[in-house]
Amino acid sequence: MSITIDGKELEFTPGQTVYEVAKANGIYIPVLCHHEQLKPVGACRVCVVEVEKARSLVASCAMPAENGMIVYTNTERVLQARKLAVELLMTQGHHNCITCENSGDCVLQDLAYSLGIEAPRFSEPKEIKALEQANEMIVRDMNKCVLCGLCVRACNEIQVNQVLDYTGRGPTAAVGPAFGNLYENSDCVFCGECVRICPVGALFEKQGRFQGRADDLDKVRTTCAYCGVGCQMDVNVKNGKIVKITTPREDAPAPNFGSLCIKGRFGYDFEGHADRLTTPLIRKDGELKEASWDEAILYVAEKLNAIKKNSGPDAVAGFSSARCTNEENYLFQKFLRAVIGTNNVDHCARL
Amino acid sequence: MTNSISDLGESDCYLITGTNTTENHPVIATFIKRAVTQKGAKLILVDPRNIDLARYATVWLRQKPGTDIAWLNGMMNVIITEGLADEKFIAERTENFDALKATVSKYTPEYVEEISGISAADLKAAARLYAGANAAAIVYAMGITQHITGTDNVKSCANLAMLTGNIGRPGTGVNPLRGQNNVQGACDMACLPGNLPAYKKVGEAADRKPFEDAWGVKLPEKAGLTIPKILDGAAHGTVKALYVMGENPMMSDPDITHVEKALKNLDLLVVQDIFLNETAELADVVLPTASWAEKEGTYTNTERRVQLIRKAVEAPGQAKPDWEVITMLANKLGAGWKYDSARDILNEINKVTVSYAGISYDRLEKNSLQWPCPNTEHPGTPILHTAAFTRGKGLFSVCEHIPAAELPDDEYPFLLTTGRILYQYHTATMSRRSKGLVSRTPEAFIELNPSDARNLGVSQGDKLEISSRRGSIEVVAEVNDRCEQGVVFIPFHYSEAAVNRLTNPAIDPVANIPEYKVSAVKIKRVA
Repeated sequence: MSITIDGKELEFTPGQTVYEVAKANGIYIPVLCHHEQLKPVGACRVCVVEVEKARSLVASCAMPAENGMIVYTNTERVLQARKLAVELLMTQGHHNCITCENSGDCVLQDLAYSLGIEAPRFSEPKEIKALEQANEMIVRDMNKCVLCGLCVRACNEIQVNQVLDYTGRGPTAAVGPAFGNLYENSDCVFCGECVRICPVGALFEKQGRFQGRADDLDKVRTTCAYCGVGCQMDVNVKNGKIVKITTPREDAPAPNFGSLCIKGRFGYDFEGHADRLTTPLIRKDGELKEASWDEAILYVAEKLNAIKKNSGPDAVAGFSSARCTNEENYLFQKFLRAVIGTNNVDHCARL
Repeated sequence: MTNSISDLGESDCYLITGTNTTENHPVIATFIKRAVTQKGAKLILVDPRNIDLARYATVWLRQKPGTDIAWLNGMMNVIITEGLADEKFIAERTENFDALKATVSKYTPEYVEEISGISAADLKAAARLYAGANAAAIVYAMGITQHITGTDNVKSCANLAMLTGNIGRPGTGVNPLRGQNNVQGACDMACLPGNLPAYKKVGEAADRKPFEDAWGVKLPEKAGLTIPKILDGAAHGTVKALYVMGENPMMSDPDITHVEKALKNLDLLVVQDIFLNETAELADVVLPTASWAEKEGTYTNTERRVQLIRKAVEAPGQAKPDWEVITMLANKLGAGWKYDSARDILNEINKVTVSYAGISYDRLEKNSLQWPCPNTEHPGTPILHTAAFTRGKGLFSVCEHIPAAELPDDEYPFLLTTGRILYQYHTATMSRRSKGLVSRTPEAFIELNPSDARNLGVSQGDKLEISSRRGSIEVVAEVNDRCEQGVVFIPFHYSEAAVNRLTNPAIDPVANIPEYKVSAVKIKRVA
């Protein structure tokens, strides 16, 4: 089975869409409302291509490849249609990139730029909607929503939380929780999948607001510090501070494939909390007093030595940690067994 | 887990018990919810609480807390009686089937109904669903293990999987969901009193030998003490020094009043942590450490997948990574350790830990790997027990129902069960210092059935005093239908209302896991 895209004959497996065949073969077709983890809907028309013998342009993300199909991704007709689609998306709301959190990480911005749209031909709506900032985690700026429906589909198809849906028709169409509720007052569990998948600046992390945008941020890939699922995530850092936690929009790795929960995505701010311990403490006269590392280590070493000498190694015990790394747990038990000489080592696996 | 997380998406039937998955492993829950809503997979939920997954369940069995062996044996009774067992698998891969058959024969659905409250018809339906599936996965968490019969509860799950051949293939398996980022790794690395890394035994000379050679010392032969026994030892004065790295027993252990007495009786309590937690407040020495974002190393997740953590920011003040602190202390005691990085330590782990031998730092920088991974060419092991079990043949264990250690009576009429909620995490040292998480669940509460609330004259939001034989706490009433009449639930995250002041320290005789899931309490309205 093969199709021809831009003059190249390409093999495909039945069930693949034109977009998927193109992507697999390094042929670029832009998409906006499409996502690899979601069922295609072909709503935004950004991915249109010309197919020989077809009556009109077709949405490549939703069009199954058929044997012998001949496709063009870059004709003048395609580019004009794509441009029109993007202009219409741009004029659906107010896309003020100057202070937009997602500037530099925005599908619409990239499309407008790459299609050379200096200013859309149509006028923006007059109404400016207030931001939803009622909760501590997610800000919603519906002025920037392009109604691609990715958040709705991610909430229902990926997380299966069934909180977001479409409401209204025509100019009153919107996405959000039932009855126009705030996230805060809905059944939303703040997994943030909608934030991850939003292709524009309509949904973003509240704590990271005005703290740094894509170009300023270093992303450090790491593993979540909470439960045992081991989700892969990117810690976004600017000036030595964590600005937000994100996951890749596409091609995200196992085990979580880009999904997180509220703890993983929004529960990171304990790291920079004022309560963090910053110096060793030794109890003197009943109170914990600041000490140097040398003092603290010497104090512990001398005490452990004395107890071991007077009462034997089994008078010493250690609780290790399911929070610490393998390397730290390995050293901890090696310390108790090989240095102290006791097997009195356990951790909170049961708790 | 015998299987992998992705693998859960391949099941056509789930038996989910003792895990409130959408709250405690939300991302794993998405795999299950997708399979049920998008692929038509069946879901058998066995849980005393009306948790979110009940909405997705094909059948929901609501057992009385502490009756898991009874219903598991009951399901096996139905499967054997109705000829639904996988005889080929039993013959080829297992032993001791006759003993199992004899034991479960008395657990008829009617007998199980008397013990567990699960209707005979529902139990039969569940047994048929599970046994009739092509690939059925058992998924459980602490709701199965935190009982005085925790070990036998787990063995019963294994019995059920073997009875139906639901192990060693994609979408099957016995899959415990581990509650902390590296609880699997801490076990693998032998922070357990009877083990050396990769589950070698301290009591076996042949197991000790490679470690004695590698570490250049003679190692102690006698198994050490588990956490509850260490605390008992401290209370009795036989344990004099306790070194706590990244734990908080003043919140996480049962009967905190006893824990406090034990810790105060020590000659030396060292606490190494990122915060001055409730345990550190009692310490003689507190050592500040780096958090997960401030150091390098590896964690092993619930599916045995070893993954890197990477340093993103600097630790505050003088805080250091835990491995550096232990190395400093070991060297002060003359150990002569030379570790300059997490990579150095993993190199040593690769040499002495068979299942981690092929999991090098270089490989992890490209891809995560699931143990066992015995050499650097090995791709890792997504599914265990595909051709044989670790011991050869799978052993059917004989497990009998035993009632929980403390059941409600006239004085303490409610059954208390404890656990976690979505918006908080374990002893909450991290999650209660996160703005977003705190905003969702600022205070401690008790889930109370509307009928019980009415009988007690309690309304939503009332302040209640909850008491057990060991202590009392004050919490706010959350009246809903999650618990059935006579059962109440309190999460253990809140230090000002630490539910482990109430819990029963009775433990499973083998694993020494405390019975957090069942204790008896009384309830009084305060305001």
